[in-house]
Amino acid sequence: MSTAIDVTDVVKTFGAVRALDGLNLSVATGEVHGFLGPNGSGKSTTIRVLLGQLHADSGTARVLDGDPWRDAVQLHRRLAYVPGDVNLWPNLSGGEVIDLLARLRGGIDTARRDELIERFELDPRKKGRAYSKGNRQKVAIIAALASDVELLILDEPTTGLDPLMEAVFQDCITTEKSRGRTVLLSSHILSEVEALCDRVSIIRSGAVVETGTLTELRHLTRTAISAELDAMPPGLIAGSGVHDLVVDGAKVKFDVDSTELDRVLRVLIGGGVRSLTATPPTLEELFLRHYGERVEPAVGEPAEDHTQTRRFGRHQKVAAR
Amino acid sequence: MTATLAVSRAPATSRATRDRLTGTGALIRLNLRRERIPLLVWVLSIGAVAASTFSTIAALYPDTAERAALALSISGNPAFLAITGPISDTSIGAISAWRIGAVGTSMVALMSIFTVIRRTRADEETGRTELLASAVVGRAAPLAAAVTVAIGASLAIGVLVAVAGIGSGESAAGSLAFGGAMAGCGLVFAGVAAVAAQLAESSRTAIGIACSVLAGTFALRAIGDVQSSLSALTWLSPQGWANHVQSYGGNNFAVLGLFVLATVASLLLAGALLDRRDLGLAMFPARLGPATNPGLRTPEALAIRLQRGAFIGWVVGMAALGAVTGGVASTSSDLLTGNPQLEELMAKIGGAGAITDMLLSTMGVLAGLIVGGFAISSALRMSGEETADRLGPVLATAVSRQRWMAGHLLFVVLGPAILLAVAGVVGGLLNGALVGDMSGGFGAAVAAMLVQVPATVVLGGLAVALFGWLPRFTALAWAALVVALLLGQLGQLLQLPQWLMDLSPYTHIPQVPTAEMRWAPMIVLVLVAAALIGIGIAGFKRRDVD
Repeated sequence: MSTAIDVTDVVKTFGAVRALDGLNLSVATGEVHGFLGPNGSGKSTTIRVLLGQLHADSGTARVLDGDPWRDAVQLHRRLAYVPGDVNLWPNLSGGEVIDLLARLRGGIDTARRDELIERFELDPRKKGRAYSKGNRQKVAIIAALASDVELLILDEPTTGLDPLMEAVFQDCITTEKSRGRTVLLSSHILSEVEALCDRVSIIRSGAVVETGTLTELRHLTRTAISAELDAMPPGLIAGSGVHDLVVDGAKVKFDVDSTELDRVLRVLIGGGVRSLTATPPTLEELFLRHYGERVEPAVGEPAEDHTQTRRFGRHQKVAAR
Repeated sequence: MTATLAVSRAPATSRATRDRLTGTGALIRLNLRRERIPLLVWVLSIGAVAASTFSTIAALYPDTAERAALALSISGNPAFLAITGPISDTSIGAISAWRIGAVGTSMVALMSIFTVIRRTRADEETGRTELLASAVVGRAAPLAAAVTVAIGASLAIGVLVAVAGIGSGESAAGSLAFGGAMAGCGLVFAGVAAVAAQLAESSRTAIGIACSVLAGTFALRAIGDVQSSLSALTWLSPQGWANHVQSYGGNNFAVLGLFVLATVASLLLAGALLDRRDLGLAMFPARLGPATNPGLRTPEALAIRLQRGAFIGWVVGMAALGAVTGGVASTSSDLLTGNPQLEELMAKIGGAGAITDMLLSTMGVLAGLIVGGFAISSALRMSGEETADRLGPVLATAVSRQRWMAGHLLFVVLGPAILLAVAGVVGGLLNGALVGDMSGGFGAAVAAMLVQVPATVVLGGLAVALFGWLPRFTALAWAALVVALLLGQLGQLLQLPQWLMDLSPYTHIPQVPTAEMRWAPMIVLVLVAAALIGIGIAGFKRRDVD
């Protein structure tokens, strides 16, 4: 089987709120899949459907070839979960929680646990209420990684970790991947996603709006071009794929849709290129575009996309209130 | 220059004091906003019970001779003396005050305890206080605001009760004295809760400490009222002071000063403790736990670990209640000696043996209500795990929902039986040892307690059913306990219709050993409890987990 997670047209409503609105998500076995989206876009709801804690209103969800609602217990032997906000029992020590969660899952690799405790520099004797946010996350991460499972479902697992621990975490996930484990990683830390993920899905208002490798996603956005020319070529005008054109004598600066890159470069060459800098879109730009910061659509963009962007912008305002 | 210094020093000190309380006003408004519904329910329901009791007593006992007979039978009945204390006079007001005060003082005290702990230690535990304390808020302001709100609510209850008394045509002085005594209990336990909030890191433990004090002072009063040689004990208890006020009798307003003194003293102690500890921590530093625990490997083990501490506290409390029962039962017949009028009255209902039996049944009913509270709280532990977001990670492991519930249901089902058995065995042994006869008293004491088990499990089952189907409304289980308490305590006196009385599971429990054992209602109650638990499990299996 090559698909670890397969979600098709899942809808989940809470009263009047449509948390998941026809969500599709596919995670291949053995890949690290980034799951990105703004706050309140439905990431955690999706994950809780995958864990069988929420019952989808319609659509199908498959996890490791099973029904996450019906086969929850059997599936949970083969997966581990780290919530984004770990709450521990105030009177249980961190070590006890690690042992408990891993054993409830079906078993613990004590050597691996000890190694992880050392790498993450966790004092396992402290009681739950005495841990800081980052240390609570560590407890859940160690409990998940100390289990021998096929699938890791991580919901913003590194919130609160310091940069050193973030590096340790990335190292551990790379190791898990090399062991052939599948990882669904919901995250806001773009460098983390860039470093770890094979493919990425971007969710917005309860639906996945983009999915693919980072390279594929880059094609969907714009490259920043800055050039010094002998003469201003005819035909280089704003619109038709060129945005934010600034002409300063012989220097031009603009952004170009990746689909128009080839055509626009040919136009530039017609002007005699003396120097040229092309900056590929960063992941941040990719996200900002999808998170709705740039609400005005590019000319020629499908009208449907346009309305989605606008709707999203409004949704953000509602959420902010 | 010297003069200037001397002058400027005084304002500096008062500024420091004022700084400690900066922001109290804003926090009081915040507390009122957050507690408005619970406080309204507490204040209005206690006021309504008081008002209806005054009018019902007046309607039922219009005749002075009738009331005199009632007062006589009360002062000769150790069960009444233990649960509700002595009666101060034969007026309608005095009998009403006696009846309201018994339940009412504990209710006001509980209101104060819950309000103060929720708005101090519970807020601190969740980190909300940290957020507030970073604003322009004095160190003592959260405590002062919580206590102020609890005291305000207690005074409101006092005023309502006094108005109810005056409105029913009772004496103004007596009504004021009675209102003062009710409010006083609220004041004292606001202070007790303020101290408890400083001692414990978790709000659960803090509530446990404050409720233990409440139970302890109740026991002191009960022992003192039944055992004339130990009557000094009643002066150690706020509930005892409430009786010493003798509303509608002597009207000893001076006794009200004791409430104020105790409140001020406990608040000063709480303030001093507050200055000696860090935010979020208790007086005693947290200990380290084990680094590993291979024994904690099943959901049942987790449930036992989570419920263990509270359960041990309950066992100790029920053993104490058993001891009080046994001690009081062994001397109950002494009350009759030297009072031929009482002896004659009691002979009609079966003599000294009947008095002991009546005491045992009454204490059994009380224990049943208290243990009903345990059944609900242990069932709602599940709800607490869910709202604290600790359930999700457990259900994400290979633990089915019903398996996770099973560990907690162990406490809901077996806990009440164990607790009541402890009370019965301790009470029976002590009574047997003191009377010098184990043959009769022991079995009766154990039976009086154990017979309550089905009713308590029905309440626990109701909490489980609510958790399964209406997780946001689990507090209704507590409302059911309060309704059962009021029906049991006031229903007969107020001559409520039978169908209403039948709503309480406790109504169906045969009052062994006074009454004959009847198995049919017991079996029905067990089936109802089992059905409620089954409904709860089915609901939880099919609903979304928060």
